Parts: sequence; structure tokens; C-alpha cells
Amino acid sequence: MKIDVKHIATLANLTLNDDEIELYGSQLDSTLEYIEQLNEVDTKNVEPTSQVTGLENVLREDIAAESLTQEQALSNNSETHNGLFKVKGILDND
Amino acid sequence: MIDLTLKQALEKLNKKEISSVELTKAYLERIKKVEPKINAFVTVTEKEALKNAEHADKTRAAGSSLPLLGIPLSIKDNFSTKGIKTTASSKLLENYIPPYDATVVKKLNEAGMVMLGKTNMDAWAHGSSTETSDYGATRNPWNTDHLPGGSSGGAAASIAADLAIAAIGSETAGSIRQPASWCGVVGLKPTYGRVSRYGVVAMGSSLDSPGPITKNVEDSALLLQVLAGQDPHDATTSPSKVPDYLKNINNKINGLKIGVSDDYFEGVDGEVKAKIENAIKVLEKLGATVKRIKLFSPKYSIAVYTIIQRAEVSSNLARLDGIRYGHNRSYLGEEAKRRIMLGTYALSSGYYDQYYNKALKVRTIIIDDFKKAFHEVDVIIAPTSPTTALPIGASEGQAMFGELADLLVEPSSIAGLSGINVPAGFSKKGLPIGMDIIGPQFGEEIVLNVAHIYEQATEWHKQKPKI
Repeated sequence: MKIDVKHIATLANLTLNDDEIELYGSQLDSTLEYIEQLNEVDTKNVEPTSQVTGLENVLREDIAAESLTQEQALSNNSETHNGLFKVKGILDND
Repeated sequence: MIDLTLKQALEKLNKKEISSVELTKAYLERIKKVEPKINAFVTVTEKEALKNAEHADKTRAAGSSLPLLGIPLSIKDNFSTKGIKTTASSKLLENYIPPYDATVVKKLNEAGMVMLGKTNMDAWAHGSSTETSDYGATRNPWNTDHLPGGSSGGAAASIAADLAIAAIGSETAGSIRQPASWCGVVGLKPTYGRVSRYGVVAMGSSLDSPGPITKNVEDSALLLQVLAGQDPHDATTSPSKVPDYLKNINNKINGLKIGVSDDYFEGVDGEVKAKIENAIKVLEKLGATVKRIKLFSPKYSIAVYTIIQRAEVSSNLARLDGIRYGHNRSYLGEEAKRRIMLGTYALSSGYYDQYYNKALKVRTIIIDDFKKAFHEVDVIIAPTSPTTALPIGASEGQAMFGELADLLVEPSSIAGLSGINVPAGFSKKGLPIGMDIIGPQFGEEIVLNVAHIYEQATEWHKQKPKI
């Protein structure tokens, strides 16, 4: 197996069970094998393209416009507190 | 009444021969009757539809003639609809009710549409079968033992089965054209940046292109007219002027140069190949000339697409960690997790250059290859899909199912080009076969023109499934 599935799952914040680790491991390996056909393509002196529009530095006037109300912004959340989102702590106490 | 095309329905509405309420009711009844066999919708918005139809009739009576006033449409469930559940066919978003409209939906509402409901799709648009939906597979109206294609499978099925006048879908690489092909309807993938992505649940952000699925080519042009244009909420939308898409749709195609590449017929099902070759002959009789061209092999495009799309998926779905709605990541389905895993790997330290950056470089080669081809020809024609609709279950356990089903449309999507699927015949089993007419960036006018001329000379689009 080429891919350290557990490590990638940690990076991707996915909790996988043993069956999934095995399944994805073999499927990802075969997908990578397919992808490696790209090594046949000579890309020396070729610039990468990350988007096709040709547009650069798209700017707009910074004008305040109507946005979601606090109530709307919270409308899909089950865990709120005093009109704010309730989130898990990101720092350990110890 | 449900047989009417969008254009015909508008004429009848404007002449007061029918009302939007009558038309909407006819579709809602049809949905009630046929939907149990097809499962094209995640949500049917009956109450809202009737209310909006009534409003449309009143607005028309008051003298308004908005471009889609009172027209019942279906919308793919990855378009945010204010106050109406938007799941992207994923359980993770089963309770999500957007507080705002996608720009596409806003434009359609302003044009007077009546939304009938939200259509089923592969969960997060990850797939080409609509079988990965967390709300059950959609069935192909031509044969319910077969898949409709995907990811806009519900949208395409809703048109084939007359469950809406027209549908809005989205394509990353094939998700409009391939289901349109498998369901025997017209599907237009606009140039990337022609139609706003704002409010569409993101899949591959450098590729996603919303577009119409319709009963015929004229309706496709009518809808694109409403959808196209720059949007301050999506910085990748083009500032270039939106042309009148109906103006040149009837132009004669004398002297039109069609590019045909043998690579796009390799490994294609014999019946599909024969029908597309016939379709090209029809266009030749109408005055076009065929030029054999050599294009970069589609097999490399699949590899490029797989890396870029998985990378963008892993990045887009990583944002779900930060959003404060929907369920947590344990609700992601198998396909979403598989894609996130590969994307995360391709972007991870030590592999970025080997996979992701390599793919971006080959993307440049593909773009240049098409640019060169469009110096020699006006459009490129190929089969939309290498096969007709595959049986239910065909995608299960197939990590590369979508890539193989979309082999022939992925190259043009990577380059951000325009393209349209038009029905071009049926297999002996009675399943539809579709032709892909590919144009350059912002080539919608020529693509619609060629598709329309072909459609006028054939009867395939008039066939209806018995259901």
C-alpha cells in the first residue's frame, strides 16, 4: 500500500473504521496507479493552470450592502448561546 | 399540456390560452403519478409552486411579460433556495434551510419562474449515476432498471418524464451533458464563468458550471439568456457581454467546420459510435465539412480531472468543519470520503508537486491543445458518453465510475469550454444516445446554432418514454 490511510484520514479530519481503511487503501492505490499515467506526459517548461478565466485581481467597490440578520445567520444552528454560535474549545486546558 | 416546450408554454400563457396555475397543477399531478417510479425529486414544493403560479397569473394580467413568467421549473438540490431545504442529496445537510438564494435562483425568480421542487443528484454532485444520493437512486424514465446518469440525474429525468418544462443542473465535468445523454434530452454546459456559482454547493470550484436541461435547443437558449452574466458575488464570472442567444440560432451551417477526433471514438460502444457517425453525416448534408483532427488523449484528461477535482473537493468539504449548520463529518457518504481522502493525499506535503502541480501543468497542455484545434475548426463533435444508460447498481464499488462514464466530456470541462448534448438516436434496447457539440470558451452561440440546426433536421428529441 502506497498511502498511509490513517495519516491522510487524520489530515482530512475523517474518522474511518478498519473496514473503511482497508477499502479506501486499495481503491486509492488503484486510482493512483491510473493517475501515474501522467508521468508519460512531458511537462518540462509548462506553466501550471489553476483557473481558466484569464481574469486577475478582480476588484469591486467596497460598499456596505444588506447582509444576513443575526437571526438568519443562526437559523440552521442547534447550538447557540446568547445569540452566538456555541463551538467547542480549540485549546486544551492543561 | 405537459408536452409543451418552454417557448410554446410562454406563447400560450401570453395569449391567455392557459394559466400558470393550470400548467403548474398539470405538472404537480404528473409528478404525483410518475415520481414513485422515477424518484427525480428530493423535495417537491407544491404549496409554494401554486402560490407562485397564482402570483404569476396576476402579474401577467397586470401587463407584465417577464421572460419566464409562470413557467414551472425543477432546480437541482445543490442550488441554495431561500427558505427551502437544500441537501445536495447528502444526509449531512438533511435539515439545512438556506437563508439566501443562489444567484441563479435569484435570477430565475426575478424572471418569474415557478419552482416545482429540488431534484435528486449524486450526493455533493460526486458521481455520474445519481446512485450515490442519500435519498435513493433516480431511475431512467426510458427504462427504470437503468441509471439516469449524473450528477444532475434527477434534473435530466425530470425533463425526460415531463415532470417539469425545463430543469437547472450543474456540471463539473459531464454532470449536465452525460445525464442529458442517458435520458435523451438537451443539456447545455456553459463556459466556466458564464453563469454564476454563487450559492451553489461547491464541488470543483475551478470547474463548476450551472446550466439548463431542456426538451429542445431553443428552450436551452431561452434559459441561458436568463442565467448568463457577471455576478459581483462570484469573481470568476466573466465581464464579457452576454449575446442574444436566439439571434443566430437559425443560421445556416454552410461552410461550418466540424472537428472529429478518432481518440473520442476509441472504446465507444458500437451502437453509440454508429449513431454519432450518422449524426455527423446529417450535419454534412446540411452544409458542414468534417475535418479529422488529433486531440490530446482523453485518458490523460481523466487523470488530470481526478486529481484537480478531488483536491478541490477535499478543500471545499474541509470547510464543513467550520460551518455551523448541518450534521458533522460522520454523515459524509462513502464516495465523499473517498474523494476527500485522495484529494487530501494529492495536496499533502511531499506529494503536491508529484500529483497536484503535475495535473495543473497537464491542464495547460489540454487548454492549448483545444485552442489549436479551434483555429482549424468551429466545433468539435463526439459521443457524449461511451455507452447508453448503464443498469442500476453499475456504479457500486467503482472508485473511477464517473471518470469512465465521463471520459469524453472531461477534457473540454478541464479547459472550461462550452458544450451541449443533443439526442442523436436510440439503441436497439430503446435507450437514448447523445451527441456532444463542443465549442470554444464563450462559444455558446455557435454550439446552440449547430445543435438547433441538427435538431430541426431530426426527430429524436420528439420521442417520449412510455411511463
